[in-house]
Order: sequence, then C-alpha cells, then structure tokens
Amino acid sequence: MYDKAVRRRRAVLAVLVVLCLVLLTAYFGESSGGGLHSVQRGAMSVLTPIQEGANKALKPLRDLFGWFGDTLDAKSERDKLKGERDALRLEVAALDQRGHALYGERAWRDAAAAANLNAYEPIQARMFARSPSTFYSRIEINRGSKDGVEVNDPVVNGEGLVGKVFSVSGPSSVVMLLTDQDFGVSALDAKSSEPLSVEAAPGTPGDLLIDFVPNARAVRRGDSIVTAGTTSERLPSPFPPGILIGIVSRVDIGDGELDRRIHVKPAADLRRLDTVRVLTKPAAELRASTKTP
Amino acid sequence: MIWTPAAIFRLVALCLVGGIFQLTAVSQFTIFGVPADLSPLLAASVGLLAGSIAGAAFGFSLGLFMDTALLQTLGLTSLVLLIVGYYAGRLRELRDPAHGLVPVAVGAVATAVAVVGLALMQFLLGFEAPASLQFVRQVLLVIVLNSLLALPVYALVRRLLLPFLPDDPRRRRRRAYTTGGLSPLSRT
Repeated sequence: MYDKAVRRRRAVLAVLVVLCLVLLTAYFGESSGGGLHSVQRGAMSVLTPIQEGANKALKPLRDLFGWFGDTLDAKSERDKLKGERDALRLEVAALDQRGHALYGERAWRDAAAAANLNAYEPIQARMFARSPSTFYSRIEINRGSKDGVEVNDPVVNGEGLVGKVFSVSGPSSVVMLLTDQDFGVSALDAKSSEPLSVEAAPGTPGDLLIDFVPNARAVRRGDSIVTAGTTSERLPSPFPPGILIGIVSRVDIGDGELDRRIHVKPAADLRRLDTVRVLTKPAAELRASTKTP
Repeated sequence: MIWTPAAIFRLVALCLVGGIFQLTAVSQFTIFGVPADLSPLLAASVGLLAGSIAGAAFGFSLGLFMDTALLQTLGLTSLVLLIVGYYAGRLRELRDPAHGLVPVAVGAVATAVAVVGLALMQFLLGFEAPASLQFVRQVLLVIVLNSLLALPVYALVRRLLLPFLPDDPRRRRRRAYTTGGLSPLSRT
C-alpha cells in the first residue's frame, strides 16, 4: 500500500515535470505561429474578457487599497516637499537678504556721492537688535567706541537720515531713530531753504512733524526736507548739512500762520533697517552739498 | 485529500479565481515598490493541506494558467510552482507540522524558491536575468510581503478544502489537547 502511494506520487511528479520540460522545449522550438503559441493566444482570447470583468469588479477594492497607498505616498511626498520648501525658503531668504544688501549698498553709493558723505568717515554697521516699543524707536548696531563711534554721531543709510547714536559701549551702540519721541533735528526745505525743526509726531509712530514754522506757506507737499547742518557756533548741530530726512506728506492748515503743522514721511524705511552708516567725523571741515540725492 | 469531483472543482476554481485575482488586483498594488505574489502562497497552502500530489498538480495548473494569461514561456512558472507545491506537500507528509505559524515560514520559503527559481530558470533559458542589489531587495520585500499574507491565504485555502481533508491539523491538535494527547482516528 505504501509502495503504491510512493510510486503514484513519484509518477505524478515525474509526469508533471516532464510535461513542463516538454512544454518548455516545444515552446522554444516552435515559431511564434506554432501550435502552442496559437493555443496560448486562443486561451488568452478566452481569458481576456474574464480578466477584464474581474478587473472592473475588483476596481473598488483596488481603489480602496490604492487610496491607502496613495495616502502613504502622499504623506511621504508631503514630507519630502516640506523639506524642499524649507530649503527653498532659506535660499529665498538668503537671496532676499543679499539683494537687499546690494540695493542698500547701491543706494548708499548714490547718496554718498550726492551729499559728499564719504568726507565724514562713515563706517558700516549692522543692526542686530531693535526696541520692541513703538515709541522708543531705538536700535542696536554692531559698532561701538572701539570703532570710533561717539554719542550723537549721525546714522544714515542710502535712503537718508536714520537717527543718531544715543549711547556707546565698546563693541556696540544704541541708535535713536528719527521717529523716537526724544529726537529732534534742525532742517531746511530743500526747495525754499526755509529753516525748520523736525521732531517725531507724538502718538503717530513713523510720522515726523514740523510746527511753528515762521513762513509755512513756503513749504509744500512733496518738498524734500534735509538736515540744516551747523548754523550756530554756540550750538553746533551734530548732523552735516544736506542729508535727506524725508518728504513733506501733508500740511495741516490751522487758524493762523504759526498753527500750520507739516507732516514729513521719513525717507529711510525705518522698519526694515539692516545696514547703516555711522558718520564718525560729522564736524569735518567740509561743507556738503544741499542737493538732495 | 479525498479526491472527489467537488474537491477537484474547488481546486480548479481556486486556481482560476486565485490566478485572476493575482493578475487583476494583487499585482497592481505595490507596497514598498513591489507587488505581492499569491501564486507560491496558494501552491504551498494547497500542498500543506492536501499533500504533495495535490500541491504539485495545483502548482502546475496555476503556473500554466499564469503563463498562458501573461503570454509567457509555457512551462516555466508551472515547473517552479510544481516544485513549491510538491515540497510543501512533502513537508506535511513527512513532518506533519502543527504549529500555527508554519504557513508563514512555508510561505516565505515558497516565495523565495519561486522568485529565485524563476530568475534562475530565465537565466538558464538565456533571458536577461536581473542580478543586482535592486533584485535582491525586491526578492526580500516580496518575501516579507508574502509572509504577511501567508496566514490569511492559508486560512482561506483551508476553509475551502476543509470538507475534503482527512485530518485538519488544527482540529487534530485541539482534540489531542482535550483528550490528553490521544491520537484520534483518521476519518478516512
């Protein structure tokens, strides 16, 4: 009984293996138009509709699995794209910063040439801290007394006057911006040469104000306001003449001539300061041109 | 295996449905970049449950179906799956393993034999056989994937063939446990 089962098993195995080898040999030996190929094509034509039907019937199942797969793929894709986006953001930020620095550099060159600012020995400084207060508009720069910076030195950039040095330590300084409530500067209307005094508009951050103007009619909207420079031996101004402070943005008419209030928009974008110049020799015996940049 | 027309019909149906399911559904899902391959799992499961002759015949038929449906070289997949089914059946006949995880191990080995065997056969027949690290990675992934599917496939095949099996290993194990280890009489 056992021998018979073994023989039967071995016979079946042998028959099947031989059948496989015969199929392989015959399939290889014949041309593509041969019998086995024809049988295969015939079987294929029978199976194709079944497979198509099954394909349609199983589509929801495939879609379900596909949804899981797509979700996983989408997650990994999302993570990958997030990484790429972050890298590109960093790149864009670096390029923006570089572009901004180049723009500032070019603006500075133009301004320095126009107002002869290089005569006042400017040194480049970078802002690294800013006062969070709206009214106390002060920044810190990375230049201090060891670089030759002194209190009251004017601070400018390519756009115009930024402020003045408020206090100095060895490696850094605090700069009081134009918009600080304690800031004030003697100025001129570049067109009419009308003497003025510019200070921060109280309660209006980012706005400068000129009031008590003797001849207010001479000042018009759109006029450039520049620093007046030293006009008195007794009270010398720390600011060299001819540095652009801002542009007259509005003139409020009061009851009398002295009640006129002139609003000035600072020329320098004080919210986006990066690189500034400290004029370390503001009292140099050189008279800058009053021509605005 | 009790060879009745109903049993043969079920094996044929399993072969056709399993083959079509593999071709139309399973092959189209890729996990970790590779699709699972139910063919060696089916052949091994039939071998494990029904013995070497049934395993070999089923493997041969399934392989023939796959070769025909995919217009591949006739006899190639048949030979590989025939070997898988036969030796899975021999394992049952010689060792009669009763551990619950045997299908997983058998499925993994069957998959490895099938994938590597097919590549080897193709190489011997003069086809360009993929021999690279990528191929090794794919083989390993298919083995892992098939190992995960081995138990459900085995359970499905067992459920289908249960009425025709003389001795269900799980039932026999349960009986042995409850009767204090006495060997039950075979139903045949």
